[in-house]
Amino acid sequence: MIGGFFITIKLSAVCLFFSVIIGVIGAWLQGSTFKWTRRFVNGYIQLFRNTPPLVQLYFFYFAIGTLLPTIENDWGGESPLLGSFAWAAISLSFFAGAFNVEIFRSGIEAVPKSTTEAAEALGYTKLQIYVSITLPLAFRVALPALNNNLVNLVKTTTLAYAIAVPDLLYESNQIWSDNVNVTEMMIFLLLAYFFLVGILVAGMNRWERSMKIPGYG
Amino acid sequence: MNKKTDLPVMLPKPVQTPQALSSLSYWHILPLIAAMMIIPSLAFSAAGDELKSPLAVLKNWIPLLLEGFVFNLIISVCAMAVGTAAGTALGLGQISPNNSLRRGSWFVTQFFRNAPWLVLLFFAMFLLPFELSIAGIIIPLPDWFKAIIGLSLPVMANVSEIVRGAIRSLPSGQWEAAESLAYTRRQTLWLVILPQCVKRMLPPWVNLYAILTMATVLASIVGVSEVMTLTGRALAAEGGRPELLAPFYGFVLLLFFAYCYPIARYTLRLEKKFAVIN
Repeated sequence: MIGGFFITIKLSAVCLFFSVIIGVIGAWLQGSTFKWTRRFVNGYIQLFRNTPPLVQLYFFYFAIGTLLPTIENDWGGESPLLGSFAWAAISLSFFAGAFNVEIFRSGIEAVPKSTTEAAEALGYTKLQIYVSITLPLAFRVALPALNNNLVNLVKTTTLAYAIAVPDLLYESNQIWSDNVNVTEMMIFLLLAYFFLVGILVAGMNRWERSMKIPGYG
Repeated sequence: MNKKTDLPVMLPKPVQTPQALSSLSYWHILPLIAAMMIIPSLAFSAAGDELKSPLAVLKNWIPLLLEGFVFNLIISVCAMAVGTAAGTALGLGQISPNNSLRRGSWFVTQFFRNAPWLVLLFFAMFLLPFELSIAGIIIPLPDWFKAIIGLSLPVMANVSEIVRGAIRSLPSGQWEAAESLAYTRRQTLWLVILPQCVKRMLPPWVNLYAILTMATVLASIVGVSEVMTLTGRALAAEGGRPELLAPFYGFVLLLFFAYCYPIARYTLRLEKKFAVIN
């Protein structure tokens, strides 16, 4: 049980990290001058936003997972290159990342153009402008929406149950199959998720407050 | 307008429209999906000659899968109807002048909004009895019915927040004006406030419907025979050939995409149409 709890935390943390990275990179690519880069990013966003995360998970795990080569494991048998945990992390990161790109894009659009122009006048390169001017400002604008999406992501990690990642839900299911204490386990499960989401929200709110720039936003 | 001039500076600046998401049209994505489905099957095509090609197998199963998908849509529509009815009541409860009713509605809303959908679905599946007996009449509760209940719970909470947000977003002048015209509270709500709210609630409501449609596949985990379950069974019936996996799951992805993407576009249009200009 406690192991499942940590797996859920680990999965959430990994997905949070990578989805934010995908969001930042995607938003940067979306502002690129190449038409096809923008189109590609848009295609990615629409594809992942408009299909069920569970089907994505199955697609990644079963369809792409079987295409990858297998490696020999410690016992001499064949095992897939990436386990279910890895696929869950990849698929959920891409799913949440698609939303994050949109969120960061709206944040970047909210940064006044004169600010970037001023940076350009000071001799910043394009990448430098993005990293040290646009992004920090956009981040502050995007934080509430990002917060929302990340909470959603933590809730979506329950889907990893479907491909047998031993997370909180999976472990609980095992326990109530053995002990027939469905009601108690379920209530405990809900409370555990409230606890996780509560910690995340509290942390994000604190971060938001500490990053606040007086007079901005 | 005559644009000929010796001074290019005098020309009007060409308008650069930012490329929004809505400018993406279907054909940008269809080739992508097609490639996704075909390339993996090509990789395996050398494996066996007497076996039918993956796409031919898929073609056999398409009617069944479509049937499953229609079942998904039925579940989503029913859950949306139940959730909207309950959610509207809950949302109105959240703004009621009665203190305990307001607190209670708030708590219920937050409770169901913050729980994962899958956990709520498990809740409905395992905690509802498989049949109800009311006054000697036994009413069976089939799986799909329980799935509808389970999915309508989070929908209810989200609709409740949408209703509350829409009512809160109206300027308080509307309430005061109605009060000064001697409307009762009920009259104010039904005749003044809610008609204005419908417009504001529509875009998030349609959005929620799209999210719900995508969540209906969760029902496969708890054993309702909708499109995902049928896909799994079809794959098993074909002997679990690995090269079939990508086309089949790709097809399910495509189905949902074809249904949800127009809804997303429509939501964008609605949002623009109903944008409140202050």
